[in-house]
Amino acid sequence: MLQKKDVVVVGAGPAGLAASIEAGKAGASVLLVDLNLKAGGQLFKQIHKFFGSSEHRSGTRGFDIGNQLLDEAKEAGVEIWLGSTVIGLFPRMKVVIEKGMDSNKKEVITVQAKKIIIATGASENVIRFKGWTIPGVMGAGAAQTMINVNHVKPGRRVVMLGSGNVGLIVSYQLMQAGCEVVALVEAAPKIGGYAVHAAKIRRAGVPIYMNHTIVEAIPGEDGCVSKVIIAKVDSNFMPISGTEKELEADTVTLAAGLKPSVELSKLMKCECTFNGVFGGSIPLHNESMETSVEGIYVAGDSTGVEEANTALEEGKIAGISAAEALGYLTAEEGNKERTEIWKRLDALRMGPFGERRLAEKNNILEEYRIRVGAPSKEELMEVDDDVDD
Amino acid sequence: MSMRIEKHVILDVNKKEKLVEIKVDGKTIQAYEGEPILGALLDAGIKINRYTVKKHEPRGLFCGIGQCTDCAMVVDGEANVRTCITPVREGMVIKTQDGLSKGE
Amino acid sequence: MSMINTGFLEYDELAEMQKMPTDERYAKGPVAVIECVQEIPCNPCEAACKLGAIKIGEPITNLPILDGDKCIGCGICVAKCSGLAIFIVNKVYSATTATIAFPYEYSPTPDVGLVVEAVNRRGKMICDGKVVKVMNPLSFDHTPVVTIEIPKEYADEVRSMRRG
Repeated sequence: MLQKKDVVVVGAGPAGLAASIEAGKAGASVLLVDLNLKAGGQLFKQIHKFFGSSEHRSGTRGFDIGNQLLDEAKEAGVEIWLGSTVIGLFPRMKVVIEKGMDSNKKEVITVQAKKIIIATGASENVIRFKGWTIPGVMGAGAAQTMINVNHVKPGRRVVMLGSGNVGLIVSYQLMQAGCEVVALVEAAPKIGGYAVHAAKIRRAGVPIYMNHTIVEAIPGEDGCVSKVIIAKVDSNFMPISGTEKELEADTVTLAAGLKPSVELSKLMKCECTFNGVFGGSIPLHNESMETSVEGIYVAGDSTGVEEANTALEEGKIAGISAAEALGYLTAEEGNKERTEIWKRLDALRMGPFGERRLAEKNNILEEYRIRVGAPSKEELMEVDDDVDD
Repeated sequence: MSMRIEKHVILDVNKKEKLVEIKVDGKTIQAYEGEPILGALLDAGIKINRYTVKKHEPRGLFCGIGQCTDCAMVVDGEANVRTCITPVREGMVIKTQDGLSKGE
Repeated sequence: MSMINTGFLEYDELAEMQKMPTDERYAKGPVAVIECVQEIPCNPCEAACKLGAIKIGEPITNLPILDGDKCIGCGICVAKCSGLAIFIVNKVYSATTATIAFPYEYSPTPDVGLVVEAVNRRGKMICDGKVVKVMNPLSFDHTPVVTIEIPKEYADEVRSMRRG
């Protein structure tokens, strides 16, 4: 069974939703696919108010932004398949989708796309210590899903590993859900996330152990976590013997960074590069968010771990560029939009937290130019004055 | 004791979905129709979903988004069902998966 | 900056990085104290103040600057700050007490009259506080702003209450 669509977008997080909306608004037929039961990606788990400017819906809670985007996508005529996994991408833009969850009747459908936008986000890193596989040890994202989406506590007493924004924010949200955060543990000497997030949890009485790591999760009689041992680390991040401290906890949440989910990009043989700042291996792309494979676009965390704001903007670029390539927008319209959006992206990547990412994004664009060979940013933004509209 | 969040300043935690009954290893528990099976299990205090093939070690919720398969259980006779992303239906029969559990 | 080492700053460190209200301004009544000291692209506080007392401008990574003369201590910015980093301090509530208004997004929201444990930036209880006001209108989007009355001498330290 072969269905036809102009654009297939894989992943219905902020990047995928934004891309679908732009392509749909321009008139393209869009299919948006996500394996989760709900669209919105990480947005629905974010119950805190976002930063940024009013253009980026600052002061609005993540899940409200998610709902707004969903409404916009439906208005733009985007077809959305949830609980559906893209299990393969084949040459000449064939997308194979498994519709239906594990225990339901599964259906395999092949969709013939003209353009594909990969917005598959990122997945959590794992930190291994003795007992890391015991039930009760989980990703911080898993705990966040349970409390903010399913309204159930994963445990009562939590040790959070990692002081980036995920670790800080999820600690706060765990307390809002009624859990006790007995400690936040960070191996580095500096807090990784925003100081205001750290200030919130300190005010709430959460002890923050800098220069510490988890060395063991000890099971109780039921086989699940019942005690957690932490220890100070030296400058090589190795635990220092004799500094161990035992904490009573039944849950360990790992917030040690995310890595981009690039399986589909690699499957299509997009040129990739390794970038530590962005979390791992990522596909190269140009200013239109197109990869080295013509017709395949990428956006959001799967191009480098950043934030929902940047994912949204990148998604817009991908959607606009795909629509333009299909003839739904003129080059002039496309260039105008892209220039505006890149300005907003540059503004989001400012300040001590953003500037490294800004530098790295420019490196990615440069590496694309060198390895894939493409017009420069100036040439791409140029409007051909000789052409009549 | 229930692990449900009873009150929250930001979230509306009043469940509007239908409360149904499902069976887990022969025991009847309550669950909200449409929520991920894992949510209902955690509420009932069930943290172990399966045991590994070689060393028979317990596994439970890890990634929460269908990527790691630690939460896989036998659901209505079918093995390897990821309970963190599979919705509850009334009358479901769920069993702790032992190794590869070819299903019953 | 020690805040990134421990998650909090002492008042004098804060005062070095951000413009705190002058003693003169404190003597006039409630005023906003903005404890936001990192350059992050963020500016909802600027739009929140209808009296134009908070300025960020461009680029939006600038730290917010409070104009103490325009500020009347109404508390709207407390609810609008995404970082929950703004407080209203009234050092002249009475001869012996001050009040601190802070964002409180935990359940249960306290009732007026409740005596609570007032905590400092480290989360350590330093005195009792009495809840004198709770603002939770729809426009605050689920960020209740709680005002507690405490002994005057702790006005620069108390920034929240122990969770119930």
